[in-house]
Amino acid sequence: MADLAITRELNPPLITGHPSYADVTAKVSGITEGRMPRVWYYAFGVTVTITGVLIAMLSYLALTGIGVWGNNQPVGWAFEITDFVFWIGIGHAGTLISAILFLLRQRWRTSINRAAEAMTLFAVACAGLFPLFHVGRPWRAYWLFPVPNDYLGVWQNFRSPLMWDVFAVSTYATVSALFWYTGLIPDLATLRDRAVTPARKYIFGILSLGWRGSARHWRHYEKAYLLLAGLSTPLVLSVHTIVSFDFAVSLIPGWHSTIFPPYFVAGAIFSGFAMVVTLMVLAREVFGLKNLVTMKHLENMNKVILATSLMVGFSYLIEFFTAWYSGNMYERYAFYNRMFGPFWWVGWLMVFCNVLAPQVFWSKRMRTNVPVMFVVSILVNIGMWMERFAIVAVSLSRDYLPSSWGNYRPTYVDILTLTGSFGLFFTLFLLFVRFLPMISMTEVKGMMAADAPHQVGEGL
Amino acid sequence: MSETGRQYWRSLQERANSPDVERWLQNEFPEGATELDAPSRRSLLKLMGASLGLAGLTACSRPVEKILPLSKGVEDYIPGNPMYYASVISLGGTATGLVVETHDGRPTKIEGNPGHPASGGACSAFAQASVLGLYDPDRSKTVLRNGSPASWDDFARFAAGHFDPARIGAGERLRFLSLRVNSPSLEAVRAHALARFPKARWIEYEPISEDEILAGAAIAFAKPVRPHYHFDKADVVFSLDADFLGLDSNNIAYIRDFSKRRRISSPKDTMNRLYMAESRLSITGAMADHRLRMKTGAIRDLALEVARNLNLDVPAASGPNAKWAAALARDLARSRGRSLVLAGPRQPAAVHALAHWINHALANEGATVTYTETGAAPELPALKQLAQELRSGQVETLVILGGNPAYDAPADLRFDAVMKNAPVTIHLGLDPNETAGLAQWHLPEAHYLESWGDARALDGTVSIQQPMIRPLYGGKTAAEVLALIGGYKDRNGYDIVRNYWLPRWSAGDAEKAWRRALYDGVIPDTAYAPVEPALDAKRVAAALAGTAPPASEGLELTFYPSAATWDGRFADNGWLQEAPDPITKLTWDNAALVSPATARRLGLETEDIVAIAAGGAEIEMPVWVQPGQADDTIAVALGYGRRRAGRVGRNVGHDSYLLRTSAAPYVTGAAINRTGRKYKLANTQHHFVMEGRPLVREATLEEYRKDPDFVDKIAETPKLFSIFGQHDYSKGYQWGMAIDLNACVGCNACVLACQAENNVPIVGKDQVTRGREMHWLRLDRYFTGPEDDPQTVTQPVACQQCENAPCETVCPVAATSHSPEGLNDMVYNRCVGTRYCSNNCPYKVRRFNFLDWHKGLQEVEKMVFNPDVTVRMRGVMEKCTYCVQRIQEKKIQASVEGHRELRDGEIVPACQQTCPADAIVFGNINDPNSRVSQLKKQTRRYEMLAQLNVKPRTSYLAKVRNPNPELA
Amino acid sequence: MSPLEDPVIEQPEPSSGAAAAPAEPQRQIYGIVAEFEDPHELLKAVRAVRHRGYEKLDAYTPFPVHGLDRALGLKASNLGWFVVGCGIMGAFAAVLLQWWTGTIGYPLVLGGKPFFAPEFATPITFELTVLFSAFGAVFGMLFLNGLPRYSHPIFEHAQASRLTDDRFLLAIEAGGENFDAEQAIAALEAAGGKHVEVVAE
Repeated sequence: MADLAITRELNPPLITGHPSYADVTAKVSGITEGRMPRVWYYAFGVTVTITGVLIAMLSYLALTGIGVWGNNQPVGWAFEITDFVFWIGIGHAGTLISAILFLLRQRWRTSINRAAEAMTLFAVACAGLFPLFHVGRPWRAYWLFPVPNDYLGVWQNFRSPLMWDVFAVSTYATVSALFWYTGLIPDLATLRDRAVTPARKYIFGILSLGWRGSARHWRHYEKAYLLLAGLSTPLVLSVHTIVSFDFAVSLIPGWHSTIFPPYFVAGAIFSGFAMVVTLMVLAREVFGLKNLVTMKHLENMNKVILATSLMVGFSYLIEFFTAWYSGNMYERYAFYNRMFGPFWWVGWLMVFCNVLAPQVFWSKRMRTNVPVMFVVSILVNIGMWMERFAIVAVSLSRDYLPSSWGNYRPTYVDILTLTGSFGLFFTLFLLFVRFLPMISMTEVKGMMAADAPHQVGEGL
Repeated sequence: MSETGRQYWRSLQERANSPDVERWLQNEFPEGATELDAPSRRSLLKLMGASLGLAGLTACSRPVEKILPLSKGVEDYIPGNPMYYASVISLGGTATGLVVETHDGRPTKIEGNPGHPASGGACSAFAQASVLGLYDPDRSKTVLRNGSPASWDDFARFAAGHFDPARIGAGERLRFLSLRVNSPSLEAVRAHALARFPKARWIEYEPISEDEILAGAAIAFAKPVRPHYHFDKADVVFSLDADFLGLDSNNIAYIRDFSKRRRISSPKDTMNRLYMAESRLSITGAMADHRLRMKTGAIRDLALEVARNLNLDVPAASGPNAKWAAALARDLARSRGRSLVLAGPRQPAAVHALAHWINHALANEGATVTYTETGAAPELPALKQLAQELRSGQVETLVILGGNPAYDAPADLRFDAVMKNAPVTIHLGLDPNETAGLAQWHLPEAHYLESWGDARALDGTVSIQQPMIRPLYGGKTAAEVLALIGGYKDRNGYDIVRNYWLPRWSAGDAEKAWRRALYDGVIPDTAYAPVEPALDAKRVAAALAGTAPPASEGLELTFYPSAATWDGRFADNGWLQEAPDPITKLTWDNAALVSPATARRLGLETEDIVAIAAGGAEIEMPVWVQPGQADDTIAVALGYGRRRAGRVGRNVGHDSYLLRTSAAPYVTGAAINRTGRKYKLANTQHHFVMEGRPLVREATLEEYRKDPDFVDKIAETPKLFSIFGQHDYSKGYQWGMAIDLNACVGCNACVLACQAENNVPIVGKDQVTRGREMHWLRLDRYFTGPEDDPQTVTQPVACQQCENAPCETVCPVAATSHSPEGLNDMVYNRCVGTRYCSNNCPYKVRRFNFLDWHKGLQEVEKMVFNPDVTVRMRGVMEKCTYCVQRIQEKKIQASVEGHRELRDGEIVPACQQTCPADAIVFGNINDPNSRVSQLKKQTRRYEMLAQLNVKPRTSYLAKVRNPNPELA
Repeated sequence: MSPLEDPVIEQPEPSSGAAAAPAEPQRQIYGIVAEFEDPHELLKAVRAVRHRGYEKLDAYTPFPVHGLDRALGLKASNLGWFVVGCGIMGAFAAVLLQWWTGTIGYPLVLGGKPFFAPEFATPITFELTVLFSAFGAVFGMLFLNGLPRYSHPIFEHAQASRLTDDRFLLAIEAGGENFDAEQAIAALEAAGGKHVEVVAE
């Protein structure tokens, strides 16, 4: 036990209040079995309504044409792709927490990884909507998948970064789902065994695939989980790399930049962690999980936010330096335009939210202060959206030929579609906390076992 | 003919018999149908229902009479293959010979007639767009009597009684008002009618007048002559406010002749030099090597200054431009007999006379300027008298054959009001316009593409106007109506024209000559014989003495014809309305142009609404701050703000005729006041500075001679390499294009030609403001130098057909790919519309169908479509294809003719075919002898954004200006 | 040194032949299952029982217990091979797809690029490799575990409903050499197991 003793001195136990295994089971499963707190119903009502708006907007779009958005020549992509990159980025933190921190043996991940993975899935779902509906003929969107064209027999163009994107995003969605589900199986079995109503028994019986926690199974299971983590880690890095290729591989000043892959990945983790903090702070308050999601979790995540914020800030710096140092008049203008053009406020908002705001986390008092971290996490999400908008739309609005420079004004449809995507995201998340264990009981217990050889059990 | 008309009404009754359809029938103008973007479903359904039966009936009806195609006879007509007929279009009293492409009996495309002196194979933007006017669903569809439907028979019955000499006598109280007549056969019918009613009077009126030109010549030569300019012979041209490349001339031959002297192939070649003095920046001013922006009224002084420097005995005048005038005078003197001075229609007669005098003094007569006799006389006095007679009720019957005086007559004549004093008013017109609304009888006029006629070009050459299709709405021509009224021997257009011409040929080969005339599109030896009138310097001097120096202070307001609607007659033409003005790049509007300095002084900004007071009236219109505009001047385009027009043209822009008086039809003092309100203008180019980017490269002739390779010095292209091996384009046909920026005058003809050829949709003002205009070919206009007095360059930009096309790389579904002949093909039915290609296009020439631009299109409107080109649906990308349909057509033809090689110049894209300046050359770059290869060998050649290694197939030839070293 | 690691278990005496033979089981039994309260007891028990020569054991735990598989003498999972195999298949499929469609299926000149080149084939190849590997990992795991499975004898045990909560079951499965229900029961009880039950197949 020496090593454990040491680790416990070094960092305080991640589960406070000395609960027993049964306490954990009861606490976590209880949430999905009992009635939701009143606030859940209010929240759900709101998010479902907003999702309805999303559906309305997308139908209007599909029936009328891209013209209902503000897009134009030369700004062929604006809100929709901004939203897409934004949501994909959000997703990344989930995989990072569940996979990379797992490989790095960061034990503090355990009580937040489940929610984080769910967040990944829902974010990717939201992201997927935009490329699907941003095409001029959505009923032909399936041509983006590797099937030969109905009557022309043409195949896809695998030289196109957008094609890479299709593969990257769909792979990411699939693998995240598998990873998430694999992690869920033992907990689903727990719910099955606790189930009182036949319906729950039946449903969770099916979902848990007859899991019985056999030692022989655990050995394959842990291997599979380890391998999935090992696969997800390069995958999550590749996804935003490839998303950034959409821009880096083009030749538009402000898009065509070799720093994009690391820059985008850092940004993705940055925004993703901000979103986790936002969600966890809320979940903690609403479901009283202060003992499972401890201040230490939040603090660690804030540290990650601070670190990635510095990376993002550095990327901005390099971008501007390269533009200046290249001596290329088009590059130079693109970045001058980003900060001083018609969309100057986007540029400065992005710098303020992404680079300046997170600096408060240098102080421990700040990064352990729930209201502060909540505000900062929101700011970061706004800032990262602005960053993507600055890259996608502002660069397009003024490229090579001044004769073709244009302006961009979003329509109400643009704005409501973005809002609606948040509605969808939170609806899915609320359904998740309602029906599935939002904390991995198996892993928490496993960690308790390692932490405390003889459990005490004072309840949570 | 009227049968079709009746059929149409009947079919409508069957379709819809709701009371408001009835109402709609009565007044003929569907309410609230102005906005193009969201036409109200109901009115649309009505209209569509209305035109269905009609379209079905007339879609394929060829004229009953025998007409002859230019290329091959009707007998070997192959369905689906286009047929080409020679015809002619008239505008402002001058004609341009045309070749009209028809598909299955539908005219779809207008080209110039290479055999016609005024065309030489090219034609203007107006001519290009005129085919759309034929299918305008808001054209007059029936005879209207006091606004309610009647028939031609009704009118014939009425005319028989009303114009019975026994009743109307010698026609003391009968007046005819028409547009400028340039049709010999119509003149014959007119002569007959006037012989029948000897006391009747005939007035011709065009709002875009040439009164001062004629008056000026009359002063100088003491008899009515008309000057003809020969720019191809002139080394030095001095234009006194004459926009002869643009809106002050309907003779596009001037563009061709002028550009001949701008086109250079080697540093050894010579160029002409153009001096221009004007208040509004015109495309001629944009081409000028030296441009002086000044008040229109002050140009008189400049002319005097120049004349004095040429030792002409003219009144003293002190201008601020002594040095300029002196240098110009020396330049003119240096090139005696090879120089040319001309004045524009806004200049007083005396200045015109002075121009003639200077030409005389420089021995240019007979060389760069020739004269012909003319019957034409100033029109305004006659119109004034007519208005006077109307006011005093002396007129019983007013027959208006074409035109729209109630809208475009000088405001002080109150024509719309006095017109009512005539008990009987008969109006013949293409569309139910303002005048039609006031006339008892409105008669639908036949479009020139659906009726017989003949027309004289500026030089007198006559062409027969052949119809390609039977009148869609049973319209008649002025000659036919006049024949009916005047009891002419022939009643239908064909007989009138044919029987006028046949006797003029010796009986034997008359028929042959007739066929020849139809075939060639010109009647030989009909051009006027030049005369050599003697110039009377004293008269000129006297006239000059009579003119007062201009008011130096105060704002000066000048009117100019719109590049879109001309004098308002094309207001219903969507193509023209959406074609960006060559200088302002405004669409769907006119605006008060003021210079940046004046705007600062008056605290005005673009899109401020101002109240302009002039000629005792006041109108409100938006301001457009226009670099190059003379300070303290306002320029306003005519031809907007139509109150009675079709859905496209009604209430578009602001009616400036309200400020125009018979005393000052072109130039007047004005007061301008801010209203504090704003108005949205639809402009297609927001940024007019090149930001130091080497997009349009130019040099002076001297610099070019010093360093023929100057283009490469302006921007050195880095060593280009690719990590991939390049595809082999060394075999077969490899299409490419060269555009000579030195020749291009930016006249918009190519833009319209492209639109007509490729079924390019229009999107309407609102969508243009959102930046969604669809033109495949656009004219980029940049200003260089000081903001107030810039130099202007124009650059036609369409798809550059890059060999390493960035658009192709990024398309996920391979909807745009490369053909073996180096074309960047666009596969519409594969496109899913990600718009990634457009984002990645450095030239931004791709156009996306953001909405269904063809929504609610009526059957008759669909008849204009070119069946060789797909009509694109919403959600797909489109762009210039180098007119791939024309390439394929010729390739098929060549293989049919024994797999022969294509000849250079056999394939001509629409833009090149109509370019009067011959600035665009397309061809096979693998053939070293092709014209395009030759041009690409020039040292002026460069590719835009070549450093991106996209390898564009379109090259540009740098612009070279020829300034006077003395003024450098 | 944690007590988990040192097996201080005294050698048991071989039971005297005087013991009565166990009642012949009515039906085929799955094995003898005992319940433990925490992983450490379970581990001790496993070692004790194995010491008595029982090899055919299985343990049921709510979470993977560290060192349990070593104690049970289970060898490492061979799932890795599945994943490697699938990964190679994925890579191969991706290259085939891009090469065939680009060069044979429908060759098109796009942006002057070659019909096929590793430069632009890399991203999709990588993605498909990962995708197939992930499938290999998940479905391989289920296959090796014989899941999904509708039912299992262990759920007959009284405490089965808690084996995914906070109880740890150890089963001496029937069919091992010299398996004897009575002795097995004894062994488990000796090892401190509660609710020692005979669980039917």
